[in-house]
Amino acid sequence: MTELTYREAIRGAIRKAMLADHRVFLMGEDVGRYGGCYGVSKGLLDEFGPERIRDTPLSESAFTGAGIGAAMGGMRPIVEIMTCNFSLLSLDQVMNNAATIRHMSGGQFHVPVVIRMATGGGRQLAAQHSHSLEGWYAHIPGIRVLAPATVEDAAGMLGPALDDPDPVLIFENALLYNHSEDVNEPVEVDIDHAVVRRAGKDLTLVTYGGSLGKTLAAADELGTDGISTEVIDLRVLRPLDDVTILTSLAKTRRCVIVDEGWRSGSLAAEIMARIVEQSFWNLDAPLARVCSEEVPVPYAAHLEQAALPSVAKIVAAGRAVMGR
Amino acid sequence: MSAALPKVRLNREHCRTLLHQMVRIRRFEEKCAELYTLEKIRGFLHLYIGEEAVATGVMQALEPNDAVVATYREHGHALLKGVPAGAIMAEMYGKQEGCSRGRGGSMHLFDAETRFYGGNAIVAGGIPIAVGLALADKMANKKRITACFFGEGAVAEGEFHESLNLAALWRLPVLFVCENNRYAMGTALDLSESETDISAKAASYNLASEGVDGMDVVAVEVATRRAVHAIRETGEPHFLECRTYRFRAHSMYDPQFYRAKDEVEEWKDKGPIKRFTEWALDVGELRPEDIEEIEQDVAREISEAVAFAESGTWEPVEDLLRDVGAEKRI
Repeated sequence: MTELTYREAIRGAIRKAMLADHRVFLMGEDVGRYGGCYGVSKGLLDEFGPERIRDTPLSESAFTGAGIGAAMGGMRPIVEIMTCNFSLLSLDQVMNNAATIRHMSGGQFHVPVVIRMATGGGRQLAAQHSHSLEGWYAHIPGIRVLAPATVEDAAGMLGPALDDPDPVLIFENALLYNHSEDVNEPVEVDIDHAVVRRAGKDLTLVTYGGSLGKTLAAADELGTDGISTEVIDLRVLRPLDDVTILTSLAKTRRCVIVDEGWRSGSLAAEIMARIVEQSFWNLDAPLARVCSEEVPVPYAAHLEQAALPSVAKIVAAGRAVMGR
Repeated sequence: MSAALPKVRLNREHCRTLLHQMVRIRRFEEKCAELYTLEKIRGFLHLYIGEEAVATGVMQALEPNDAVVATYREHGHALLKGVPAGAIMAEMYGKQEGCSRGRGGSMHLFDAETRFYGGNAIVAGGIPIAVGLALADKMANKKRITACFFGEGAVAEGEFHESLNLAALWRLPVLFVCENNRYAMGTALDLSESETDISAKAASYNLASEGVDGMDVVAVEVATRRAVHAIRETGEPHFLECRTYRFRAHSMYDPQFYRAKDEVEEWKDKGPIKRFTEWALDVGELRPEDIEEIEQDVAREISEAVAFAESGTWEPVEDLLRDVGAEKRI
């Protein structure tokens, strides 16, 4: 067992991949000399040099597209985008090229690129650095979307993501970078399935990424009310693992979804729709969800906290679904 | 050690090659327009007619192993890169024998074997990909280049500027070819650019840049050979602005309110095929029978392509979801 931070786990995973495969390289804004805006790539420039740890200009579209082109040309690029708000500048490349080229070319070309970015609020960074846009990306066929919520997943998702012949986007909740856990290495992480983080029989809470900690805390609190709560960490936002969710619901018959994205058109909405389509007659109560409030994330701490999912909101939703 | 720049020898054989390739594009696309009116080809169809000297001149300098990234007006580039005419035509029919299995259509021709990386229908969207292909080659120490075609409309897009900067900064072996046909769909160059000298604009990114008469196939070939030679020697990017003109509408839906008929006629008068043929006949490099043979050869190729497309098959609807992602991870 080694105690690692989420940041160190990702750095270790990048390092391991680069040592194992000469085709792997990292590029993005400030990944080299600065060490990464969240310190993820600190020290890697010294070890691997500027050819493989590439500082880029502030050109999200061009360097993401160059990652796509390099992947088509035989490399295994890891593209780092500072935050998911900035990723909108490269959305054209992700949506119109990375996600479509296999299909548009009739299967002749594929794009084995990994694109990592920070997501989520809670740091008083206001409305251009705090959003959770992974649900948008999860709308797109042709890409895989991952959200490591634990240090173990942070350590173990990059390897299989690089082995994926198609584009993989990894959303790292920025509040998690300093979080540390004991990890058994080497880590093997399944990037096809959700995982049950806490077993229970009365209520299912479905979440992912930065909301996992809040959801587990809420499950503990609900436990003190005598509500046995199961917590599912989606881990993979696309393709969604319906089976794990439906299996849990067949047991608990009640469900709350916790998603830091905005409510309208959210990933939470998609999960609710799938449950209703496939498991309506198993339900003992209406589904509920806890999402971010429909407001650009504000700066002031009390307002920001009010806008994001919280333990209290999850507990309240859980109790309501249980009729308490 | 520096290799000598290969000279362009305009002997009869080479003149035949240049004319043959331009006529192939012209007749192929005339057939496409006809098939469009017959509703054999649907969707958008963007014809390159009038601009043939650009792709033809540039392709003379490329090796089979070089990559090409093109736009939605790319039938000619695909043909000259070596994608079989039948596979292109079948693609436009939407048949599974098409070069993209019928998933792409006219705007998305792809061919792995000839390193033809599409058919990109987002203006400037292919330019970062070309930069990435060149980056991969550089990092893997492969001595080949990537030629990237785009129109002057792309020059107004951020991806154009970001990509030129990146290619120059990282010294990547990209040949940027701007096909300046003066209209971004219906918007004239001087209505969209503060600086209409595009090669000057490109030069500000600290890369070698040159403007050339894109209606003159020989001028394009000479300029491209010079640029490609330099890229192979130095590994650094070059920019070529080819000033040309589109004779036909932007796509088949365009009533062309934005330009005068006289202007189109003036440009047709200096059309690349007309001009080159007149010159080659005049200096005696080509004879009337050469032209006759070229036309016959092209007509045969096109009729075979159409027959191939006609006899192609529709992919079963059960296969709809294939090629969205890999069947399994490696």
